[in-house]
Formats: sequence, C-alpha cells, structure tokens
Amino acid sequence: MATITLDKVRKVYAGTMEAVKGVSIDIADGEFIVLVGPSGCGKSTLLRMIAGLEEITTGEVKIGERVVNKIDPADRDIAMVFQNYALYPHMTVYNNLAYGLKNRGMPKAEIDKRVKEAARILEIDDYLDRKPRALSGGQRQRVAMGRAIVREPATFLFDEPLSNLDAKLRVQMRVEIKRLQRELGTTSVYVTHDQLEAMTLADRLVVLNKGNIEQIGAPIEVYDRPASTFVASFIGSPAMNLLDVTSDDAGLKLVTGTGLAGAASGLDRGRYTLGVRPEHLEIADGAASGEGLSLEVTVNVLEPVGAESFVYASFADGGPQIVVRVSSHARHQPGEKLYLKAMPQNVHFFDADTGKRID
Amino acid sequence: MNKARRNPVNVFAAHAVLIVYTLIALFPVFVIIVNSFKTRKAIFREPLALPGSDSFSMIGYQTVMKQGDFVLYFQNSMIVTVASLFFILLFGAMAAFALSEYRFRGNTLMGLYLALGIMIPIRIGTVAILELMVQTGLVNTLLALILVYTAQGLPLAVFILSEFMRQVSDDLKNAGRIDGLSEYTIFFRLVLPLVRPAMATVAVFNMIPIWNDLWFPLILAPSEGTKTLTLGSQVFIGQFVTDWNAVLSALSLAILPVLVLYVIFSRQLIRGITSGAVK
Repeated sequence: MATITLDKVRKVYAGTMEAVKGVSIDIADGEFIVLVGPSGCGKSTLLRMIAGLEEITTGEVKIGERVVNKIDPADRDIAMVFQNYALYPHMTVYNNLAYGLKNRGMPKAEIDKRVKEAARILEIDDYLDRKPRALSGGQRQRVAMGRAIVREPATFLFDEPLSNLDAKLRVQMRVEIKRLQRELGTTSVYVTHDQLEAMTLADRLVVLNKGNIEQIGAPIEVYDRPASTFVASFIGSPAMNLLDVTSDDAGLKLVTGTGLAGAASGLDRGRYTLGVRPEHLEIADGAASGEGLSLEVTVNVLEPVGAESFVYASFADGGPQIVVRVSSHARHQPGEKLYLKAMPQNVHFFDADTGKRID
Repeated sequence: MNKARRNPVNVFAAHAVLIVYTLIALFPVFVIIVNSFKTRKAIFREPLALPGSDSFSMIGYQTVMKQGDFVLYFQNSMIVTVASLFFILLFGAMAAFALSEYRFRGNTLMGLYLALGIMIPIRIGTVAILELMVQTGLVNTLLALILVYTAQGLPLAVFILSEFMRQVSDDLKNAGRIDGLSEYTIFFRLVLPLVRPAMATVAVFNMIPIWNDLWFPLILAPSEGTKTLTLGSQVFIGQFVTDWNAVLSALSLAILPVLVLYVIFSRQLIRGITSGAVK
C-alpha cells in the first residue's frame, strides 16, 4: 500500500518531442486512478514512467515516501498488467505466476501458497498446467492479473488491459477489476482511452490531452463540470454539444446568426463556446422563454439504440449539428421542427479561445 | 489457410515440378553413395548402375579408414562446425538483441555496418586474414578456422535474428523487467526461446558452407593434425591418379553428420522460414 506522487513530471523524446509536459498528481493510498485521453496524449508514457520502463526527463516520481526516478522497475514494488497480457508463452500458467517470485528468491512453499490463492481469487485453478496459448482472451487476462496479484505489490499499474477483449468480456472484466481492487485495497493507476471504462472504474479521473492534465476529479464531477471543451467532448457519449456563440446586449447568438433565447447569464460581450449534453436537452411544446436555454431545430436523423434514441438535428441556418437524447419510444420524423430547452445549471460556457470553463 | 477448392490438375503439376526438382537435386548424392560401394572398374564401366554381387566392394571405405587419420579429420570438422555455429548463434543473437532492443546513438549505423558483411565475401580478405593468423600464431589451429567462420556467419545471423527479435513483444520484456529479471535473463529465458525457429534457420544456413568449406582449411590449417574432412578427402585426389573409391566413400561419410543435424533442425527451420509470412 502506498501513495504515489508525481511532481512536474516531463518526458521529452529525441530532444524535441515533448510527450508529457509537467504533470503533477497526488494519488492517495488505495485509490483507483484512471488516466484517460485520446491516443498520443501521453497517458501510457506517464504510466511507464511510474513503472520505471521509461526514463523521466525532469520532475520527480515518488512511491510512498521514496523517490523512484533512479530505481529499477523490479525494485519499485509495483506490478503491471499489459494490454497484450505479456504472458511468458513457453511457461505454464503456474510458472507464469510463480516466475517473478522465484526470481526474487522466495521460498517454494510461500510461492505455492500465493499462486494457489491468486488462482482461486481469479478462478483460474483449473488451467494452472496449461500454456497461455491454450487459453482464451479472458483467461489470459486473468492470468496477467494473477501475475500482478501474487506479487502483493504496493501499486498496480494497468496499461489498457481490456482493449484486446470483446465487448461483452470487457464489461465483465471491468467489474471484476473493480471488485478485486476494492478487496485488495491496492493503489492502482489504470490507463485507458475508453471514457466509459474510465468513468466506471475510477475513484478519480485524470483527463490528459497532448501531454497536459486537462482535469482531475471524481468521474461524476468531471462529467458535471468539465473544465474545458476538450474534457466536455471526451467524457460522455455521445459527446457534449458544443456551439460557438457570441454574447452582446441583445443576448446570445450562434455565430451563424440564430438567436438563442434565455441562458444569457450575465456574460461579458464576446465570443464563447456553449456546451450542453444530449441528455440535458428536453423537447418542449413551443418556443419557450424565461429560464434556461431554448433552441429551435430541425430533425435530420433519428438513431434508436434500444434503451434510448438519439436525434440528430440542425439549426435553420445550417451551423453545427446537435444531438439530443430522447426516449426510445419517440417517433420524430426527419424534417420535423423541434423546440429544445435545457436548465440553466446544465448549460456550460467555455472561453472561445482557450477552451477553459467559465463559471 | 485456403483449403477451399484445389484443382487436381494444379496439384498434380505442382507435385510433378517438386518431384523433378527433388530428383535433380538428389541425383549427385545418389551417384556418390551408389558408386562408393562399387569396385573401381564398375564405377567407370557403368557409373549409374547399382552395386551388384560382382561389382560390390567396400574397398573405398577400407582405404579411407586405413589411410590418413580419417577419424581425426572427422572430429576436426565437427569441432569447427559446432563451435562456429555456437559462437555465431550466441554473439549473433546478442548483437541482434542489442540492436533491436536498445535505443542508442549509432544504432542504425551499427546495424548497417554489420549487414555490410553479407554483401562482401570474407574470402576477399584471405591474405589479410592469413597475415593476421601468422602474426598471432594461430596458423594450423582449429581456433583460426572457428574465428574466421564465426566472423563469416555473424552478419547474416545478426540481420535475420534482429528482424525476428523486433517481433518479440515489448510488453513481454517489460513484464520480465518488472518481475525483476536481469537483461541477460530476459535475453536467455524469454527472448531466445521465442526466436528458436530463427536460430535454427541461421544454424542451417551457416552449417553447410562451414562443413563443406575447403578454402580456409587449405590456407589456414593444412597441417595433418588440423585437417578437416573436406581437406582430408583431397589426399585421394592426385595430380595424375585419383582414388575414386576413397573419394566417394569419404564424401558419403561426410554427408551423414550434415544430414543428421539437418533433420534435427528442419522442423524448426520450416517454422522459421514461414513464420511471419503465415499467421
């Protein structure tokens, strides 16, 4: 069990490419942290720096009270689960689990006890004599987790462990990882590009973009109050509707010209990005006035996904397409006019230039 | 694999071509072995006939066993081939691992420099090598041959093995690092077993030229004590008279060990050649 502290950690490749630009995070003991972001945002690099597989250009990584910048991966008291499992292909499952321990000179009896225990927790007891190639994807993933568990490390590091599994198995393993981490109470850092995985697993989310932290917070907090347009569009599916608007004495207007009723919540004159989630838009009876945001749009497409449907609609003067979540029983026809409204607390404003949230 | 439809005509044609090729390739070997069991007269009378009751003779083998220290030549060849292969595989694999695994200044240049040796035949440097061996006092030792063959085999070995090692997943090596394995353990315990087919390929490619080589044994180690099998067989080929029985018998014997080693490596070899091409 340990805390992890990252202090202004930077990674520069080949002298010029700055993959991670001064990231600082404090991770509490037993916390499940998810690093999430699009590919190339530096999340894997960051994880590999914590693991010690990548050199830290500047800054400091502490595990517990110890600065580990110059310490070998093996001595950092970490265990890592890799995307493609990285099982030793020529060893049986048992030996895959035991090898790391053997290598550390642990007594045979203790190794055996730990391997059996891990196998029991992960329900892989029956496969201990098999080679990895005789296992299914899900089973391999369990073995990879087992290899991490037997070490009883201070920290688990997960590098997109579920992205090679099919959708159904992914959901199942996601729940399992969460349960396991709760049971063991081990500090965990988990990297993924899947925002759903990130939301469901994390105690706290770290949203990364181009080597910078965009936002750190509990999943629901990040969802409710995204710190920037990047977070707003990355977290949540479908993504938040983002509209370029201008504010003047007459109120809010789309940059294309359509006026927006309501919602002008004392903003200075100028250009902004307005954000509203598909699920926060409601269909109103008519052009509403008063509180909140009010939009008038034309339906393009209705997309049923089962439990709900999504309406893709656009403004009369063109402009951006917006998405609205409606009930699965809604029957909106293409070309139909809709009036939408959103409560003021669900309308977000961002600076048009920096993309930062404005409260 | 596409097993869907196979036109029997195509299958037949493909096999016919392969069979013809096999016959052509094996014909010289067949002639050598058949004639090694015949009397000298029979060899010249009907070179293609099988040994019969009147033409059968072991005289060639008897000559070989009597004359010259054939067992010693055999042993020399074996030592040189096995030791050279061992060093080629060991150093080749290690160099390939370094080139494919570590990022360091001049990595690509080093790789190109090593690959250059594939294109330049080592025999061009024979004079220099001989001078070097004379100066270091290695002439007429097996070590001289082993060193030269190792140098000769390394470029191709590094080239082939580094390609294969690049395919070994980084995650696997990193998993090993986190499990506390040293770089040597990662190399010997994780990476080498995975590139075993490639190692077998390199071994076979190198084994046959080394075993058959006449050039360097003749120049670097022609003394009685260090003759290899190929060189030793030359005693039966005179300027005016050639003892064909003995030559053919010696060659037949020389085929055996290569055949045995090839059978050992061949299963791995096929996997080595096709891996990567077929998933």
